[in-house]
Amino acid sequence: MIKLENITKIYQMGKVEVPALKGITLSIEEGELVAIIGASGSGKSTLMNIIGFLDKPTSGSYFLDGSDVSKLNDNKLAEMRNKKIGFVFQTYNLLPRASAFANVELPIIYGGGGQKRRRTLEALERVGLAARATHKPTELSGGEQQRVAIARALVNNPSLILADEPTGNLDSVATAEIIAIFRQLNKDGITVVMVTHEMDIAQQTQRIIRLLDGQIVSDEKVT
Amino acid sequence: MKFIESFVIAIRSLFANKLRSALTMLGLIIGVGAVITLMSLGSGLQNYIASTFEGLGTNTVYVQPSNPDAPGSAQLAPGYAPPSLTLDDAEAIADIPNVAGVAPVNENFVGLSYGEEDLGSVVEGTTAEFLEAMGYEMATGRFLSERDVASRDNVVVLGSTTAEDLFGDEEPIGKRIKINDKRFTVIGVMAPRGGGFFGISFDELIAVPITTYQSRLFTQRTASGEDAVQSIAVMISSSEAMDNVRADIESVLRKRHHIDEDEDNDFALVSPEQILEVFGAVTLGLTVFLGLIAGISLLVGSIGIMNIMLVSVTERTREIGIRKAVGGKRRDILLQFLTEAALISLVGGGVGILAGLLVSRGISWAIDLADIGFSITAVVSPYIVILAVSVSVIIGLASGIYPAMRAARLNPIDALHYE
Repeated sequence: MIKLENITKIYQMGKVEVPALKGITLSIEEGELVAIIGASGSGKSTLMNIIGFLDKPTSGSYFLDGSDVSKLNDNKLAEMRNKKIGFVFQTYNLLPRASAFANVELPIIYGGGGQKRRRTLEALERVGLAARATHKPTELSGGEQQRVAIARALVNNPSLILADEPTGNLDSVATAEIIAIFRQLNKDGITVVMVTHEMDIAQQTQRIIRLLDGQIVSDEKVT
Repeated sequence: MKFIESFVIAIRSLFANKLRSALTMLGLIIGVGAVITLMSLGSGLQNYIASTFEGLGTNTVYVQPSNPDAPGSAQLAPGYAPPSLTLDDAEAIADIPNVAGVAPVNENFVGLSYGEEDLGSVVEGTTAEFLEAMGYEMATGRFLSERDVASRDNVVVLGSTTAEDLFGDEEPIGKRIKINDKRFTVIGVMAPRGGGFFGISFDELIAVPITTYQSRLFTQRTASGEDAVQSIAVMISSSEAMDNVRADIESVLRKRHHIDEDEDNDFALVSPEQILEVFGAVTLGLTVFLGLIAGISLLVGSIGIMNIMLVSVTERTREIGIRKAVGGKRRDILLQFLTEAALISLVGGGVGILAGLLVSRGISWAIDLADIGFSITAVVSPYIVILAVSVSVIIGLASGIYPAMRAARLNPIDALHYE
């Protein structure tokens, strides 16, 4: 499903070039539940952003479902992001003044298609938040906000969910809930790639890819 | 994404950020409202001044003393121009061919009293022709006659407002009133005419025979010791004869005043159009000045809009990042911001128009209510409305779109991490 070949990413900090990724070659098959771990600064978030085309690699090629991502224009990328990929961020990234319902509905509005209300409520149902649809993010706990974000990520039935430190701001109870939701989504057939720096969370996935200084240092199945 | 959806998103976003939307609109409302208020009051003032001269007759020329040595329009000012005209001058002018009538006029402020009533007014010392020359008609009684003038009778004709104020429901004809403590008998009341001149309504005037005015009320003499006349209204039979009659008046008066060939006139001929032109220039200047103030308000309002739009888009770069991350395309983002800016501009502009209309009406109304002798009816020109609204809408749109364009071009991740 995901195929990365020799991906590099160099940030230009003024006159200094900072390499974040130094040649990543990686493939992830459909239906996998993968954890990318590493210390902060290891390049794991950068890799995640490139997989979700939130950022563009400096060099290398990236195939998603067989199509060459570097050949797609911004509009096409936005469409792919809308249809195939759901994002979950550490800081939730919800629209602060919009209700949970409106936040979850957003991808449907951009992607089109009917039955907005039913689909939105269904997605909220799947994360157990249907009862809080009218609440604004500020009226929800961190765990609940993250569940709204997950509902938003899956409302368009994506084949891939990318989660960047999804439990980084949560307590252990909420963390357990969120991880359980991801495991359930994976069981339902969605490929899940999760960035984390906590080993015990990574242990609950099927495969752990470890990054150090922009390179993959290990890639092993969890037994 | 369909247009209707971007409209819905924009509406939601405006309502979600009520304070920001309201502040942005306020800039527009003040800008547009100020322009419309000031400009419509300005043209109302112009109309008022123009209406003052209505009914004075376009075929009338006024002869006034003039001081050729004084600068500019001060030549005609009473303080600079010594009295040079007399009743004999008026009679001589009356003999010129194509002159239909001549009304010498002296005027001054006076105090009137009748019984307990006391009030200030303006007295016109004049002749029978005044009625026609100034476009008055009689309501009751009669106007001054030639005999009244010849015999210096102590008779007075009242303007409608003055008659009302002094007598109320009482019949004024035959009553005796005091003008500056001198007794006069009321012989007639003029019908309401409308118009007025800077605080004095034409219906407040009273008229007495000019001879009585000269001998009993205000005595003023020319250099040669004759009773002076402040101005002579000359009615001309047709507008074609205007130029000839003006030339004749000039030569008759030069002869009578013994003015040598190389000397300037000690009088001047002024037509209502000329006076109107002078005031037109003054009010045009006033309107331009008001327009300038209004323009500055519009500019300040626009800068306010620009400010809030720029700041809010910077604030909203994260929102743009979120929208892009969930699949919003650049044109979706732009459409949303365009719709938001357009809605704000149109609603703000619309409310601004309403505010302008209400405030200018309110000021007109307050001026009427204050009863200070003149009234301004605000005249709202559609051009001003269109100009004010389009300027602020363009600025609203431009300042809403430009930063949104910049933000929509960012990589989603850069927009998300924007501080």
